[in-house]
Amino acid sequence: MSDRAYVAERILPDEEPPAASIGFVGWLRANLFDGFWNSMLTVAAALILIRFVPPLVDWLFLDAVWGDAPPDACREAAGACWAVIWEKHRLILFGRYPYQEHWRPVLGMAILITLVGFSCNRANWRAWLVGAWALGLAAFFALMWGGFFGLTFVPNVLWGGLPLTLLLAIIGIVVAFPVSMLLALGRRSHMPVIRAICVCYIELIRGVPLISLLFMASFMLPLFMPTGVNIDAMLRAQIAIIMFSSAYLAEVIRGGLQAIPRGQFEAAEAIGLGYWKMQRLVILPQAIRLVIPPIVNTFIGLFKDTSLVAIVSLTDLLLATRQAVSDPLWRAYFVEGYIFIAIIYFCFCYFMSKYSQYLERQFYTGQTRN
Amino acid sequence: MRLTGLAVAAAALLGVSGPAMAGATLDAVKERGAVRCGVNSGLAGFSIADSQGRWTGLDVDVCRAIAAAVVEDAEKVEWVPLSAQQRFTALQSGEVDVLSRNTTWTLTRDASLGLHFTVITFYDGQGFMVPANLGVDSAKDLSGAEVCVQSGTTTELNLADYFRANGMEFKPVVFESFEESKTAFFNGRCQVYTTDRSGLASLRASDAPNPKDYVILPEAISKEPLGPAVRRGDDEWFSIVKWVIYATIEAEEYGVTQANVDELKANSENPVVQRLLGVSGEMGKLLGLDNEWAYRVIKQVGNYGEIYDRNVGPDTPIGLDRGMNDLWTRGGLMYAMPIR
Amino acid sequence: MRSDGPSRGGFVQPAAVQPPRRVPLWRNPTARAVAFQAVAIAVLLVLAVYLVSTTIANLEQRGIRSGFDFLENEAGFRIGETLIPYSPSDSYARAFLVGLLNTIHVSALGIVLATIIGILVGIARLSRNWLIARLASAFVETVRNIPLLLQLFFWYAAITGLLPAVRDAVAVLPGIYLSKSGLMFPVVKLGNAFPFVAIALLLGIVAAFAFRTWAKRRQDRTGERTPVLLVGTGLIVGFPIVAWLVSGAPLELDVPEKGRFTYSGGSSVTPEFLALLLGLTIYTSGFIAEIVRSGILAVPWGQTEAARALGLRQGRILRLVVLPQALRVIVPPLTSQYLNLTKNSSLAVAIGYPDLVSVANTSLNQTGQAIECISIMMAIYLTLSLSTSAFMNWYNRRVALVER
Repeated sequence: MSDRAYVAERILPDEEPPAASIGFVGWLRANLFDGFWNSMLTVAAALILIRFVPPLVDWLFLDAVWGDAPPDACREAAGACWAVIWEKHRLILFGRYPYQEHWRPVLGMAILITLVGFSCNRANWRAWLVGAWALGLAAFFALMWGGFFGLTFVPNVLWGGLPLTLLLAIIGIVVAFPVSMLLALGRRSHMPVIRAICVCYIELIRGVPLISLLFMASFMLPLFMPTGVNIDAMLRAQIAIIMFSSAYLAEVIRGGLQAIPRGQFEAAEAIGLGYWKMQRLVILPQAIRLVIPPIVNTFIGLFKDTSLVAIVSLTDLLLATRQAVSDPLWRAYFVEGYIFIAIIYFCFCYFMSKYSQYLERQFYTGQTRN
Repeated sequence: MRLTGLAVAAAALLGVSGPAMAGATLDAVKERGAVRCGVNSGLAGFSIADSQGRWTGLDVDVCRAIAAAVVEDAEKVEWVPLSAQQRFTALQSGEVDVLSRNTTWTLTRDASLGLHFTVITFYDGQGFMVPANLGVDSAKDLSGAEVCVQSGTTTELNLADYFRANGMEFKPVVFESFEESKTAFFNGRCQVYTTDRSGLASLRASDAPNPKDYVILPEAISKEPLGPAVRRGDDEWFSIVKWVIYATIEAEEYGVTQANVDELKANSENPVVQRLLGVSGEMGKLLGLDNEWAYRVIKQVGNYGEIYDRNVGPDTPIGLDRGMNDLWTRGGLMYAMPIR
Repeated sequence: MRSDGPSRGGFVQPAAVQPPRRVPLWRNPTARAVAFQAVAIAVLLVLAVYLVSTTIANLEQRGIRSGFDFLENEAGFRIGETLIPYSPSDSYARAFLVGLLNTIHVSALGIVLATIIGILVGIARLSRNWLIARLASAFVETVRNIPLLLQLFFWYAAITGLLPAVRDAVAVLPGIYLSKSGLMFPVVKLGNAFPFVAIALLLGIVAAFAFRTWAKRRQDRTGERTPVLLVGTGLIVGFPIVAWLVSGAPLELDVPEKGRFTYSGGSSVTPEFLALLLGLTIYTSGFIAEIVRSGILAVPWGQTEAARALGLRQGRILRLVVLPQALRVIVPPLTSQYLNLTKNSSLAVAIGYPDLVSVANTSLNQTGQAIECISIMMAIYLTLSLSTSAFMNWYNRRVALVER
């Protein structure tokens, strides 16, 4: 061995990193106390949370009145009165649908939600899915209307609550979809008249609020119809929603069409496909695939917008809740009612937005790999 | 070529939309086997549905009486709850056959909305309700107050007129829906609520946590004659609705009640009662109905006094005295045209 | 694309090229396009004629009035909040104008507030501070996933349900009262000095802009920075104050005073307006936050690193490097959010704020002229939408021009 002392003779064991940069403390330093201003922000936010969260938890859970309780019990309690939900949940969820028949909307909604869940799996995106939807919707309507097999007939003025909200949104998108495809194609058409018609329709609808369309449908539409032709209030609102969503969807689909490279059109024409065959077999399948995430987002918007039918007196989830909490005995507990349906709306919308983000990631990686 | 074809098709379609034939409503109702009746979506005493979906109230009973006369069963009514904004469109478009929804008879409505009012079933006036603890006892003291009111009603216009005429100021808080306007008042958003006095009584009884906390001021600031309306252009149906209501008033005047109608039909010597109940004369036939029409109305629904007492009378939570709505023989305004 | 016959001459023997046969008329694309469009126009015309004639027949048969004459008539109803003088004896046309101004009022304020909150929350979501980022994203997820109408009902019910009645109004600050009847606050009455102060304010704004332009040129020339913000604020605030002092400094405070029912004097904001503004601002700010976030993420990270390497501070990196580039991504979707906010202000009708829809709705019910009232309402919204998007397109082009 040499005497050159500066040569290390053995490898030193790894030292632990400084305690302050790893583990919990390290995480805290990196994420919460990184510099003076960040620390101040953290402290301020934490103070606000400490000030507000515990009372909120107390109000929401600890001091709340749960289950079947009279309004008097709520008056004495310091917390939320969930008894109002217990008392009114059937009215909130089903509106004025006959009480004994509530299993029918429950089953109908189960069918719809199963279909939606089923459609979320990309492996199921096949032609037969369209058939499944047609069957499912038919079953839904049959259940809701009844009038056969000893099921009593329930006219649709009595439909309400969550099934109505789901129905308006789902029919709104399902019917609007083909219409919007035509509109989108028309807007990109080479024929000036067709293009002008489509542009006018789309811009007109997108330029006015949905509520004005709903007003138009409920006040003007009856005047357009010949005597003796009646469209009931639900269908009128549905027509307004379809008109509205088809304009917005058309713009989404147009975005997809614009993203299709020119070569695809040229190739389709080169192999001798006519216009409709070209669109159906080559262009639209690609374009729609591209815009499925924004379509889901449009659907979220539409789902929230169905709440506007409350203004034209359709008993959707929102109006049913308002009717429920206008009961003089329970009027003081409107906040609980609103929180309840806010959670319902939130669950649906949040799930759909997460799903659309998931799709976006899926499609994005698919694009880069190719 | 194609153009002309389309034009012909359109013309053919247009032909369908020609003016309604007189009597079309009666035929449609008979074919359907039910009267479509537009009612208020919730006003205790006038029209309100319980949790089983059964409708009760004075306006509701008017429709049930029409159904009893026309389709022989007072229960054969399809209820269409309507908001103040929807009611006229619903009647104009044929969505309902009769609008029985505490609607005020005014010239503008009669002349420009395409409808005919039939008979007044309730004489009312607009009033004010205030919380008792405000210590207000006259509408003249209301200057500067905030007033909750529902839009699209005669109430909204009367309110502006009254304050203008008396040189007073107020701040209107106008709501599109009845629900919202009454909730706002009971939440304390406004110091004053205004609508027809019967409506105030109904609200106080059904919606106030403690009815004694609210007072209805003595002034009636307008005339509010309320009654069912029908579409223009069908005189036959107009007559039927009119005479069904007269029959209930006539029945009260001659003491025919739900309880004694069978007995009177069998034994009454009074020619008026005999004509009313179809024992003599061909009154029903003239209307396009059968001769037992009024008998069924009284048997199934009752006379006007019974309808009134059951729904809004002194023994109900609404607790309204007959007042103007008493028979003319007792100093009121209810006066049926003679059935002969 | 629609060339008749093969174009790649090299692959085809010249002999095989036949003189183009006359295409039958029904196979000729141009002829087909013309025919198709003619049919489309015809269908549309027939539909229009059918609808119009049915409607006219219906109106006549049912004895409903039509035409826009009613706009001249006395409206007869009162409107709770007005920006211009209005009384029940004014015409329907003026009532519509009052409603339109109310719509613009709440939309303009809402756009400003939602933009500010949206930008702050959007930046907060990208913060390195874990707690702040989490709070911001919880806020965004909550407000975006609950219908606006429900939020409006909630805020309105919260304000009218939880605040004290007007007779027990709480004084937030001396002279400022909060109650179920809204927020009442004192206003300064300038009296005779008002026109001078207003002119001075305008002059101040012009001067501030001029100063900014000068300062920018100077910085370009010499590299020296001038405190633009400070001087600009000074000009805008200082000019009116000087004008006020010169005109004799009249000071009269119009303080709300308790009357028999409500407060009189001063100025007030109604709970309907408050709830609508709150709901619109919060709901839209959630969407704007997402737009701002994705705009910032669209700026390559290298830009931030380069700016850091130049020694810029965090605030300045954001303001001078990241935001100007993000703006190009942000402006188009932001435009549609502004339009959405304006259109969403129509939900005012549900909580009793007298906006355009509410006035149109009342007029519709009082006159029975549904077609006219709804057409006016739609035409106005369409004009607002189209002019806003025209303005934003212009702005977008300006922002885009900065690109080199």
